[in-house]
Parts: sequence; C-alpha cells; structure tokens
Amino acid sequence: MDNKIKMRAQKVNFFYGKVQALKDINLAVHANCVTAMIGPSGCGKSTFIRLFNRMNELLPHTLLKGKVFLDDLDINSPLVDAVDIRRRVGMVFQKPNPFPKSIFENISYGLKVNGVREKDYIAGKVEESLKKAALWDEVKERLGESALRLSGGQQQRLCIARCLAVENEVILFDEPCASLDPISTAKIEELIMELKKSYSIVIVTHNMQQAARVSECTGFFLLGELVEFGKTQDIFTAPKDKRTEAYITGRFG
Amino acid sequence: MPRTHLKEKLYKWIFTLLSFSSLIFLIGIVIVLFREGIPIFKEAGFLKFIFGRNWYPTYRPPEFGILPLILASLWVTAGAVIVCIPLGVGSALYLNEIAGYRQKQFLKPVIELLASIPSVVFGFFGMVIVTPFLQKVFNLPTGMTALNASLILGLMATPTVCSISEDALSYVPNAFREASFAVGANRWQTLTQVVIPAAGSGISTAIILGMSRAIGETMTVLMVAGGAAVIPHSFLEPVRPMTAAIAAEMGEAPMGGSHYHALFAIALVLFLITFVFNIAAEIISRRFRIKLGLSG
Repeated sequence: MDNKIKMRAQKVNFFYGKVQALKDINLAVHANCVTAMIGPSGCGKSTFIRLFNRMNELLPHTLLKGKVFLDDLDINSPLVDAVDIRRRVGMVFQKPNPFPKSIFENISYGLKVNGVREKDYIAGKVEESLKKAALWDEVKERLGESALRLSGGQQQRLCIARCLAVENEVILFDEPCASLDPISTAKIEELIMELKKSYSIVIVTHNMQQAARVSECTGFFLLGELVEFGKTQDIFTAPKDKRTEAYITGRFG
Repeated sequence: MPRTHLKEKLYKWIFTLLSFSSLIFLIGIVIVLFREGIPIFKEAGFLKFIFGRNWYPTYRPPEFGILPLILASLWVTAGAVIVCIPLGVGSALYLNEIAGYRQKQFLKPVIELLASIPSVVFGFFGMVIVTPFLQKVFNLPTGMTALNASLILGLMATPTVCSISEDALSYVPNAFREASFAVGANRWQTLTQVVIPAAGSGISTAIILGMSRAIGETMTVLMVAGGAAVIPHSFLEPVRPMTAAIAAEMGEAPMGGSHYHALFAIALVLFLITFVFNIAAEIISRRFRIKLGLSG
C-alpha cells in the first residue's frame, strides 16, 4: 500500500468482563482505500472496528489494552475527548438506525450537536450530504417527512449521509448491507467505492464477495485473532494461512 | 365426546367467564353511578350542579354546586403533577440512562416500594409532619392545605410515573443512542435531543396515569387537604376535593335523599374525568409504540 496510514491498532487486546474478545491485534488502515474485515459471526471483527471510534466504552465492563491511533494521535489518551474522535471517525451500523425525526433533522442533528447554528450552512450541508450519499433525488421533495417512512436501503443511505455531514475522515461500516436487498446492497457498494476517494473506509462484512468487490485490503478474523491481513487480491487468491483458505473456500463459517 | 375434551372446554369457559367478569363489574358500576346520580341533575339542574359555586348540601334549602370540589381536585392534581414530574421522570432518567447496573438493582425496588405504602400512612405522614411544617413556614392558620395534599399526592404518584417512564425509556432502541454518539453528540445531547423526544409520548402517558392516580386518591386528601368546600384562590388554603367530599359525607347523607344522589353524581363526574385520562394515556401510548416501530 502506497497511501499513508490513517488508523492503526497496536497490540490490541479487548475484554468483555473476563472474556477476551480480541487477542494481540496489529493492523493498519490506509487513507483513501477500503479495508474489509471478514470472518465468521462472533470472531470479534465488529468489536474491533468499534474500537476505532471508541464505541465500546459505552458498554459496561469492558477493558481495552493496547493502543489505537488516528494519524498519530493516541485516541484513548486521557487528553482526548471521545466526542472529537467520533466526529472524525463516523460509523454506519448494521441495521439502519435513523432517528425518529424528519429526513432533514436526521442530517442536521450531527451539525447541531457539534455547535453549528447557521441555518443556510446547515441547509447547504444537508443537501450536499444527501447528494454524496446518492439519496438527494429521491428525497428532495420531502425533507420534512419522517425518516422512518423511507425504505430500508434509503434509510441506510440516510445514515451514511448523516455521517458525511459532520465531515469526518474515516467511515466505519459495520455490516451495512446485512439487512438490505441485493439492489440496495449494490447501491451502497457503489457509494462506498465513490466515498473512498475522499475518505478512509473500514467495512465489516459477512459477505466475502462484497469484501472482494469493494476492498483493497482484507483482514480475516477468527476467534478474536487476526489470522491474516493483506491485499484483498492476495487473501482471496493466495491465502498464506490454512484457516483463511478454509474460510474463503467455504469450508466453515 | 371424550372426557378430556369436555374438561378442556369447561376450563376454557371458566376462564373466559372470569376474565369477562371485570367487564361485567365495570358495566354494573357505571349503571349504578348513573342511576343514583342522575336524580340530582333533575333536581338541581345539570349546569347548576357542575358550575354552582356553593356546596351546602345540608342547609335548608340545600345548595348543590360542586365547582369548588372540582376545582379543588384539579388544583391538588395540578400541584401533584408539578411534584411528581421532576421526581418520577427524573428518577426514571437516572435509572435508565445514568445509573449503573447495581444502583438500578437497588433503587428501582425502593421506588416501587413507595407504591406499596398504604395511603392512610401517607396521610398520617402529611398530618403530623407536613402540616405543622407548612403552618410554621408560611405562617398559616392551618397547615392542611392544597399544597400539603399536592406534596403528598405527588409523592404517591411518583412510583407510577417513574416506573412507566422508565419502561418508555427502555423501549427507546439503543441504536438511536449509538447513532447519536457516533456523530459526536455527548451524553446530555443524546438524552435531551434523541432519547427524551423518542420516549416523549411514553413519558406523557406516565404523567397522565400519575394524574389519574392523584385525582382519584381519597384517604390522603381527606386527611390533609383541610376540607373547606370553597373555591380555592391559592395553594395555601384548605380545599375539599371531590373524593374527600364523597368519603366524608356519605356516612351522614340519608340514603335516597338529594345529598346522597349528589354524592353519586360527584362520583360520576370523577369517573368521567379519570376515564378521559386513561383513554388519553392509552391513545398516546399506542402512538408511542407505533412511532418506535413496536407492535401497535
């Protein structure tokens, strides 16, 4: 990879209570490309990306050992505010989770909580984000309507737009297509390909074809370990580890 | 027909009958209220009865105007709401959003225990502690006032408000909170701009049910509200809410007389008010479930 390193996990161990969910993980995410995390359910890949925006600390009884860097900033340092990290590192969740508010308010929310008050700026930003998320044409006539009336795929693109509005640098996708139909999935994938021009993207996916289609780098997780990490092409065509090979050829998982 | 089959049918009938019996009792009560209450409307006139400013049921000739009683009930209930919103909703927010697992496990049963204290005990507490306190602080001829009743009723409604609000908050999907945090909102913003609006109608339901509990409460207001059947002008005056009037006067009202019918009519008015409250609560909570995508 030639691009510079955007985020980096260094000797990361993570515990839910006494259960160790991640073991000694070292991994770097490069700027302007898509990094995919694959692996069977419960392997720790979601837990892992939630460390990138400090989402796990909202859960009780968790413990993180090791470091996570954004550029050269240690994001868990006591001097760093989680709120700042989450503004720079956005997240799109497995199930579309728009707020029970209007389409417009769903996007403006992120700006408002970050102190933006100027109405024209907010309106412009809402439009820009919806355009970037390829949703504008479908909703521009009904920005005041409840977001919950959109279809699942539209809701997910709205969540992406919500994330884009706060001008983050990294976007984490936690199985963004798990609850979508194939057409919506294709739209989201297209969008991800477009977004990587300006963002660094990490995507967790169950779907190996998806990882192969959208990503430059792929990490294979198994039972909390990062078994193999490298260029997507290499992982899928010439895996070094037997377990990776077994997984991608569909022998388990 | 085989025996077991017959048995099953029998069980089915018994339980159906049992569950419908509350409906039968409800209808029975409503019929009695109407039958015993209507005569006074004929005698005193419906509007005169509801909006009459004088309640002198034992004078000759008697006057049956229940406006002072209705207003007393509304005042005391409004006061109780002012008390129970911060207490009930505040503790629900703490329990659901701030408290750790252990604090919650400890506090929730404690708050619910408040509901199991008999109302006469609350009344007693109001009489011997709150009454002299208010009398001293506000320099009043008597501490048995609307304020006293409001405070005690507010405390009594708190467990209802807290426990239903807490349910409403816990129905707000975690996904909303996560989404809010993920765009860089802090805890306070998430709470005030996402969680509370999402739970808003559920919390309103809780408050309405709390009100309905307060307006129907009898023993406490009988003991601490002071009992003066005059139109209240401030919270520091004694009042006689509808329930207290019924409870205090039923014993001395000759059965079948005008006073007796008037008390039934008061009960009918009270029933209609709480009925409206409960219907409102039901409608709002149904909307709440639909809004959050829970089953209607």
